[in-house]
Amino acid sequence: MPKLIKDFEIVEDNWQVLGLDGCEASIDVPAGNVIVPLAVWQAQKDQLQARAQTLGVWLNSDQMAEELGDDATQLALVAVYFPGFMDGRGFSTARLLRERYGFSGELRAFGDIFRDQLFFLKRCGFNSFSMPEGTDLEKNLASLQDFSETYQAACDQPLPLFRRRS
Amino acid sequence: MYQYDDYDRKIISDRVTQFRNQTERYLAGELTEEQFLPLRLQNGLYIQRLAPMLRVNVPYGMLSARQLRKLAHIARHYDKGYCHVSTRQNIQFNWPELEEVPDILAELAEVEMHATQSSGNCIRNVTSDQFAGVSSDEIVDPRPYCEIIRQWSSFHPEFAFLPRKFKIAVTGAASDRAAVQVHDIGLEVVKNQAGDIGFRVLVGGGLGRTPVIGSLINEFLPEQHLLSYLEAILRVYNQFGRRDNKYKARIKILVKAMGAEAFAAKVNAEFEHLRDGAITLTAEEVARVARFFPQPSYVSVDESAVESSVQQLAEQNPAFGKWLKRNVRAHKQAGYAAVTLSLKPTGVAPGDVTDAQLDAIADLAESFSFGEVRTTHEQNIVLADVRKDQLFDLWQAAKKQGFATPNIGTLTDLICCPGGDFCSLANAKSIPIAEAIQRQFDNLDYLYDLGDLDLNISGCMNACGHHHVGHIGILGVDKKGQEFYQVQLGGNAGSDAALGSVLGPAFTADVMPQIIQTLIDVYVAKRVEGERFIDTYRRIGIAPFKEQVYAQAD
Repeated sequence: MPKLIKDFEIVEDNWQVLGLDGCEASIDVPAGNVIVPLAVWQAQKDQLQARAQTLGVWLNSDQMAEELGDDATQLALVAVYFPGFMDGRGFSTARLLRERYGFSGELRAFGDIFRDQLFFLKRCGFNSFSMPEGTDLEKNLASLQDFSETYQAACDQPLPLFRRRS
Repeated sequence: MYQYDDYDRKIISDRVTQFRNQTERYLAGELTEEQFLPLRLQNGLYIQRLAPMLRVNVPYGMLSARQLRKLAHIARHYDKGYCHVSTRQNIQFNWPELEEVPDILAELAEVEMHATQSSGNCIRNVTSDQFAGVSSDEIVDPRPYCEIIRQWSSFHPEFAFLPRKFKIAVTGAASDRAAVQVHDIGLEVVKNQAGDIGFRVLVGGGLGRTPVIGSLINEFLPEQHLLSYLEAILRVYNQFGRRDNKYKARIKILVKAMGAEAFAAKVNAEFEHLRDGAITLTAEEVARVARFFPQPSYVSVDESAVESSVQQLAEQNPAFGKWLKRNVRAHKQAGYAAVTLSLKPTGVAPGDVTDAQLDAIADLAESFSFGEVRTTHEQNIVLADVRKDQLFDLWQAAKKQGFATPNIGTLTDLICCPGGDFCSLANAKSIPIAEAIQRQFDNLDYLYDLGDLDLNISGCMNACGHHHVGHIGILGVDKKGQEFYQVQLGGNAGSDAALGSVLGPAFTADVMPQIIQTLIDVYVAKRVEGERFIDTYRRIGIAPFKEQVYAQAD
């Protein structure tokens, strides 16, 4: 089973991602821990709601947080896909899911992300990171702590530095 | 100026460690070229035509003597003994070794400087008015807000991978010297009728290949909402700015595509969510930061006595008189003046300074201006608080170092990017064109007769030399491997900002001085009493210039 970083630890990834290469919204969602595309969730919400505790939804980089909106709180996991590491839309998506839509489950970044983005991803509310194959997760863990202090308010620190300076 | 506390020091030192680690991993082959690219850019490091180029932030242009000496040391030790003042008030080193850049960043951190986000698709160094705090037309000193923005934008986790670069400029004066209308966000600090401080917010201005004047989206943003509103703008841009084409990725394209009103509505909707949240500025924080920009301890000077002795010296020394006229500027404090050190003597690349000159500027700052200077977007250096009775001594000292060329605001005080001699983006050289034009106009009396004139040169359409907003703008273009120069007229960077219009087909380098001469001849022939070049242009239009230039070319 592939591994990922979750809550500062390396753990086994027991979720399966559906429809990365595209699929019908009406596709049969297999049993087990499955992360479905937003369109599948939207099309089959009535049936899927019953198993929302073992269900995740993934958003592509051009799908904004508001498209999932309050539904997020029903889900066990929301994943945000990064098609390329220069595409930073997912950083805003994550903050909005956490700060505006109150999502408190597992928020996963996956796709083309790399070590030097982990600190910022974490600050924006991601707590799990599925890195590209071949990534040395042990080494990557350290970068979640690249900075020991920050200026901005974000998901890991609700107060900006100016409200905390002593 | 702002002084770091333990928090600031910790953050910058973490950054140095992080970049050292990234550089080591890159050199060891653990990071790909593609991955290292945004990391090095966000630390100011470009790979240029001949060597890497390191751009060091000078936050809103402020430098202390200690920082100047550190820059001199870096120029000497890590570079070829000089550096360059950029058109965004930053300092650029042209010859550092990649392996040594982490050491340079560590040296900079010692004097509370950094190169964070001086390049890359992120929020860049905030720029401002070089006469902030000393100008008589100032409404509010913009520097505390600049520093607040610097801290908010540094390592902002959400906005490190924007569609494209993002530049913010702030002015607090009636007359805009920070070119706020041609920035991604331009802020004018203002007061409302009740005397409360707020901001006029312009968005979507910019130069580059699609020059645009910014749109006003908020007439009065109350002070405390500054960061929430900026965060709202950036969030809308991060989500909706184009990412499919880097030439259409700046916020100006988004604002144009949506329309300024629709864009403002979207920002306001986002702002309503953020309003009154944790990043709302507190009066304590504004006051804390403002305390770093106190009025210097001015001594009381007998203004009329000193004025008459200065005038007497000017009569005895016409060269001093010329310098007074062009390089010395009125000050809000009686008995003081702001002095611009010219980095535009003929024969030196505009904005270049040597290590020895940097040390000399530090000495001048300590002797004459409370130990501080400002860099300007016109690529000069300002001593902002000089006692008028010391102007003559300063002039003599500045002359020795080659800073007293009395050409500020004239045609030879031109803005010029590094161009094809250094920059890998350039289509054409710009420095030799600047020099040829300076040589054509080497008669000072003639230059003064021509008066205030902005001539700006860019070596490519990325417009680092701000050619769109020069009264005369020159753009280097490449036609089948040959360098040509397009001329634009009528641009302006001030409060009445305007973009220049293209004169006509481009010219080869060798005729450029003559082309500029012809344009000037038309101006001199057509001007009426007291008109600047830009005034005459606005009155008579482009046609008379065009006719004359192309008639001669035929």
